[in-house]
Amino acid sequence: MGALSGKQKVAWAAITIAVLLYALFPVASIIATSFKLPSDLSSGTFLPTTWSWTNYEEILGPDGSAQELFLSSLRNSIGISLIATAISCVLATLAAYAIARLDFPGRKLILTTALGVSIFPVISIVTPLFNLWRNIGLYDTWAGLIIPYLSLTLPISIWTLTAFFRQIPWELEQAAQVDGATTWQAFRKAIVPLAAPGVFTTALIAFFIAWNDFVYGISLTSTEAARPVPAALAFFSGASQFEDPTGAISAAAVVVTIPVVVLVLLFQRQIVSGLTQGAVKG
Amino acid sequence: MASITLTDIVKKYGDGYPAVNGVSLDIKDGEFVILVGPSGCGKSTLLRMIVGLEDITSGELRIGDEVVNERAPRDRHLAMVFQNYALYPHLTVYENIAFPLRLQKGKYTEEQIKDNVEYAADTLELREHLDRKPANLSGGQRQRVAMGRAIVRDARAFLFDEPLSNLDAKLRGQMRTEIARMQRRLGTTTVYVTHDQTEAMTLGDRVAVLRKGELQQVASPRALYEQPVNLFVAGFIGSPPMNFLPGEVHGDSLRLPFGDVPIPETARGRLDGRELVIVGLRPEHVEDARVLDEDKRAKGATFSAEVDVVEWLGAELYAYIPFETHADVAQKLEELDRDLDGEGMRTQMIVSLGSESRVRDGSSAELWFDPRRLLIFDPESGENLTYDDDAARRIDAETEEDRRAALERAHRDAEKQGNGEASAAGRHRQAS
Repeated sequence: MGALSGKQKVAWAAITIAVLLYALFPVASIIATSFKLPSDLSSGTFLPTTWSWTNYEEILGPDGSAQELFLSSLRNSIGISLIATAISCVLATLAAYAIARLDFPGRKLILTTALGVSIFPVISIVTPLFNLWRNIGLYDTWAGLIIPYLSLTLPISIWTLTAFFRQIPWELEQAAQVDGATTWQAFRKAIVPLAAPGVFTTALIAFFIAWNDFVYGISLTSTEAARPVPAALAFFSGASQFEDPTGAISAAAVVVTIPVVVLVLLFQRQIVSGLTQGAVKG
Repeated sequence: MASITLTDIVKKYGDGYPAVNGVSLDIKDGEFVILVGPSGCGKSTLLRMIVGLEDITSGELRIGDEVVNERAPRDRHLAMVFQNYALYPHLTVYENIAFPLRLQKGKYTEEQIKDNVEYAADTLELREHLDRKPANLSGGQRQRVAMGRAIVRDARAFLFDEPLSNLDAKLRGQMRTEIARMQRRLGTTTVYVTHDQTEAMTLGDRVAVLRKGELQQVASPRALYEQPVNLFVAGFIGSPPMNFLPGEVHGDSLRLPFGDVPIPETARGRLDGRELVIVGLRPEHVEDARVLDEDKRAKGATFSAEVDVVEWLGAELYAYIPFETHADVAQKLEELDRDLDGEGMRTQMIVSLGSESRVRDGSSAELWFDPRRLLIFDPESGENLTYDDDAARRIDAETEEDRRAALERAHRDAEKQGNGEASAAGRHRQAS
């Protein structure tokens, strides 16, 4: 790309600022709200008149009113998302490898089915699932959430990983086999190290999907035994019946957003390279 | 080290198309055999069947004394260099070369692996690159790493799949001699696939020419050049390619587009009852009559022709002479051209003259050739009617003798140096 002229620079800067404002204003608003005192909530100003940690104390502090609710749901969210991610990664890696490399009938069918599952509206599955889970005892358990989360994370994982595996030259594996490796050794020593960035990216995406889910979280849980953070936010209550829990909800929203932001910032290079190109060239 | 024997090897894909059809080939221990042919002739498929990456539909493949049809690639103990090198991008050059050794768990100590890798690296002048990753190497260096991975263990044979096609012309020439030198020194059975006939002619002890999955001729490069069995081989071997002219038989003489010539002795008696034949004349067998002395001139036939285009290349000069072909052979020649990956543009004769020739674009040239060097082909079957079995066998026998002598010399050299691996590497470095 050539150098930009002065006018173009100004235009690009204006567009960039507009997009940034559009995307970040809600976030900034939530952050600002999370530092407001309850009395400040309806003041109508964007920034709090007095900055305070009250809301954070409420959800994290030892005697905050929402602390127990929030921390248990945070534990649930982390545990459930991690387990769902791990399972979906292992399954998707094996499935995608098979789809990309092996010639078996029904390859197309698997990919299409995966796509079909992922476009199926979640809300239409929730009610039957709710009944089924109650009957077989999965309602309000970790497994009861992990299984539907897999249905969300597996299709996209299989699709991205299949594309990724297709980019890895088949010759590498064949070379390994000629060099004296078994099929499994060739996969482990030649393919897995190359696929690692792709698997990692897929894992992050899968984690975010599970982490951000609300519909399954609110419908398939009833207690602190399995309720994840997005669902738990709805159960926050103010200090009194007449007080709005907006501040606490904002604080909780900020806290659960932090891991996502940190992960993206830490691994943005890998994510971009994982999404845009294969591990090998030339 | 071992011989490789192919018997009636057939490869059919799912749709029933035979990519390789009934190939039988006997590759002797220590021999350097080239599989050559235009794209889609099945040469790579054949190589991949030998190494075990492709199933054999029918036929028998032996390595040494064992039938290995059903063996997995790793149990065949062959080493292969891939066209795109297939280096492991996440491993350093050292680890890439050590890879086959590390797979044989417990067979080599860390010390032995280091020795072997360093020996291979010295042989290929990779010592200073051992810690680098393949992505940071040039094309030629990657190619050498791929060869290092092949020679580091005691493979029974080396298989090369168009190893030089990704290199530029100069490097290709250098690596070609490097491969020849390495093969002679190690004396390892080698099968080498290429579509480049220069590589085929220079490297091979014997060359197998394939066309549409069928073996056309297996012979030494010289025999292929001098005694091709059919039109296809004649057209494929040689650069610029052989000219094919229509020839009408009139008693004892042949009428070519440029004049009448006597029928060569080798073909006499085999032309009975034929009216039309295809005559092959190599561009390098034609000379500018004006630069020849009288003696030589009298031994051959001269004709004059209108030169269309001239290409001066320094060492030689190519002149292009358009001619009208005979309708009856035009189709056959077009078909042949398609088989040879050509475009079938126009019928023209190419002659390669000495660079001292004064022939120029648009001028009329007086050209000379020796009618005894003409090859005559049957227009229907494409069979070479001037093929001399005895001559072909004699040439092959001579080449075989040369090969044995070269191998023995290599073994003697190796014994002489016996303990001095370093000196072998040193000599190697000097040589290149």
